[in-house]
Amino acid sequence: MLIPCPWCGERDELEFSYGGEAGVPYPADPAALTDGEWAAYLFVRANPKGPFRERWVHAHGCRRWFDLTRDTATHEILG
Amino acid sequence: MRFSFAGVEYEGREGETLAAALVRNGVLGGFRSPYRDRPRGVFSDGEEEPNALVRVGDEPLARATLVELEEGLVAEPVAGKGRLEPPRRERRYDSMHAHCDVLVVGAGPAGRAAAAAGGGDVILAELGRCAPLDGVRVLERTAVVGLYDGNLAVAVERGRRLWRIRARRIVLATGAVERPTLFEDNDRPGVMLAGAFKRYGRPAGATPVSGGFTPRVQLWRQAGGRLRWDDRVGAPVPDGELRAVACAGSVTGEGLPDAPPFALPDGEEGRIFVDLERDATVADVRRAVAAGLRSVEHVKRYTTIGTGPGQGRTSGVLATRVAAELLGVHPGELGTTTARPPYLPVPFALLAGRNRGPLFDPVRVTPLHERHVELGAVFEDVGQWKRPRYYPRSGEEMDAAVLRECAAVRERVGMQDVSTLGKIDVQGPDAAELLDRLYTNLISTLPVGMCRYGVMCRADGMVFDDGVVMRLGEGRFLCTTTTGNAAAVLAWMEEWLQTEWPELRVWLASVTEQWAAVAVAGPDAREFLQPLTGVALDAASFPFMAIREGEVVGIPARVCRVSFSGELAFEVWVDGRRGHELWRALEGAGGATPYGTEAMHVLRAEKAYPIVGQDTDGTVTPQDLGMDWVVSKKKGHFVGKRSFDRPDTSRADRKQLVAVLPADPDELLPEGAQLVADPDVPPPVPMLGHVTSSYRSAALGRTFALALVRGGRGRVGETVHAPLEDRVVPAVLAEPVLYDPEGRRRDGRPA
Repeated sequence: MLIPCPWCGERDELEFSYGGEAGVPYPADPAALTDGEWAAYLFVRANPKGPFRERWVHAHGCRRWFDLTRDTATHEILG
Repeated sequence: MRFSFAGVEYEGREGETLAAALVRNGVLGGFRSPYRDRPRGVFSDGEEEPNALVRVGDEPLARATLVELEEGLVAEPVAGKGRLEPPRRERRYDSMHAHCDVLVVGAGPAGRAAAAAGGGDVILAELGRCAPLDGVRVLERTAVVGLYDGNLAVAVERGRRLWRIRARRIVLATGAVERPTLFEDNDRPGVMLAGAFKRYGRPAGATPVSGGFTPRVQLWRQAGGRLRWDDRVGAPVPDGELRAVACAGSVTGEGLPDAPPFALPDGEEGRIFVDLERDATVADVRRAVAAGLRSVEHVKRYTTIGTGPGQGRTSGVLATRVAAELLGVHPGELGTTTARPPYLPVPFALLAGRNRGPLFDPVRVTPLHERHVELGAVFEDVGQWKRPRYYPRSGEEMDAAVLRECAAVRERVGMQDVSTLGKIDVQGPDAAELLDRLYTNLISTLPVGMCRYGVMCRADGMVFDDGVVMRLGEGRFLCTTTTGNAAAVLAWMEEWLQTEWPELRVWLASVTEQWAAVAVAGPDAREFLQPLTGVALDAASFPFMAIREGEVVGIPARVCRVSFSGELAFEVWVDGRRGHELWRALEGAGGATPYGTEAMHVLRAEKAYPIVGQDTDGTVTPQDLGMDWVVSKKKGHFVGKRSFDRPDTSRADRKQLVAVLPADPDELLPEGAQLVADPDVPPPVPMLGHVTSSYRSAALGRTFALALVRGGRGRVGETVHAPLEDRVVPAVLAEPVLYDPEGRRRDGRPA
């Protein structure tokens, strides 16, 4: 898989580490959450077959985090 | 040129394959089948060859149709299965990376046309020999064995060089392979595919057969392409389109002759062979179908057809047709098998290339390494680091050396290379804020010139790492990490900074290798070190957890009063390039015993200082370790805090760190040993926990262990049992800190 790093361009997937689902922000006030809401933040993530917004870090390159959309069935990177 | 086969010498010709030379020399047999020991001979002239397998030199299973003759080549026939033996000499394999606009696989007419059509930078890969082509990079004798995501093609050149080729577009011109036909004893030597028969010059005594052609669709399948059954060619052909992979020529089925009509032949079905590599016959397929199997995947598993080194090249479609005939259905209804890389067998050594032996994984050594070697240290691997485990004196076993090193630190003074500790420089106006959010305890209250032990948890509240945080200035900190976790901690800090708190003005840098550090520990540490430095070391001027800058043995140094043994201790940090000099000067001063990681482990365990990753496993909170004191009650927030209020983390029966004292003080429990309350109850015996660390202690004069035990702190004083392979060991649970629980030795020898 070739991953387009926004800073370095397309690079082999070996240079990257995976960060799971994107758009799951750290809660602004964890203390205000119920146990259930906190557990959902900690443990529950989407796992779709198809397009998936996810986080990557160019660990063996510029070390920057970024989001991209990948089709989990075909590994096609959609943007 | 001369070559030998099965011990007989023959005359060969330049550029000929072994199979061609054998056939030309009238050798139509000479091989045996793997399971039924039937005589076999050269059957084809390509990579699909099922019979003519040979051992050549160190290559245990080569196809005679792909072996190019060399002067003096020695080949031995192999019946189906090669035997791997240690190579007589190490072969060196290389790897190459290439990028191109178009990769064409196969240099037949369609492949050459596709390559010649250009479209930018073109690579043409051909399994056999190939004439040059203008403006095209030709890789001959190169097998493309795998297609992966992102149009990555993996190819093997001459069996020696691995290519990883990134192509914008791939054209598969892989052609078609001829199919055998079915008749009784169709495996006899001399029976060969019609195309091969023709190309071998119609050898006398040979019988040409042809059951039509099967497109080589394996790479298309690997790329994710679909197939459809084509009645005209009597085989599956590529269907639909892929974004960046196309097929050209006879692999599409176009231009292939009509397949002859297919019918099950008369004759003894156990002698009508479908897969020569597996000695599988029509009778085997009939058995599979009779057992109720309907898809070709299932028939394949039942009969093993297509599971040989050829992976069904000549047998797959035949098996489908036979099964369809027996079931009375159209062969397209039976599905197809999945083609996975590699297309041809690839030796693991080739995949490894030069990344083996010392080049497999980098070895990291500290600036003092050479001296450790001279001192006869026994090393252990900690991550990629080599660390001295102990320094045996002549004739000394490990146990004796470790007891001696421990005693030296407890009774006098020892010195240890602690340069491998991860070190992260944290700078910026918001550095203290960042560290407050990442460590469980308060960092921002730390005065400049002091350091503090800190623990980091994941958001789930489980211990992730620990270390010492030094405050070097208002906005400047140096964090140490466990040796094996340095990269992970830096990545962790970066992740929070970049993704959640980009507003914090903080900069991070790994400085692990910029510093060399030596710990000087023991009740005589002050007396040992004071003559070597202008830094005042007395307890009043240099309190516990303080940092001083100065010179030690004339080298600019940072000295920290931290202790991982419970004894009075100073860590001396100097420029990494002067670490060796520092160590030699400390040695030269005399009186300090070098100690290794094993003694360090014993000493810290006597004090119940946990090792992250040994006494913890990602399911352990600071509270489980008995370190409630390291979790700030004042801070509004830090990563992990919310999880300490989860019902799971406040369960009373969580596993907690306790000490374990075997009833027999000489009994050393194995690390990992399970602990149970009553070994005599019928299984399943409830597990209370397990031993995480276990040592012989010089100071205690006995063995001891640390363990994670359910509700352990409430069980102190109870007897538990460790069921080992041949016996059950009773042991008593104890408060975790076994040595100097009052901490009286921290400032030196107690009065």
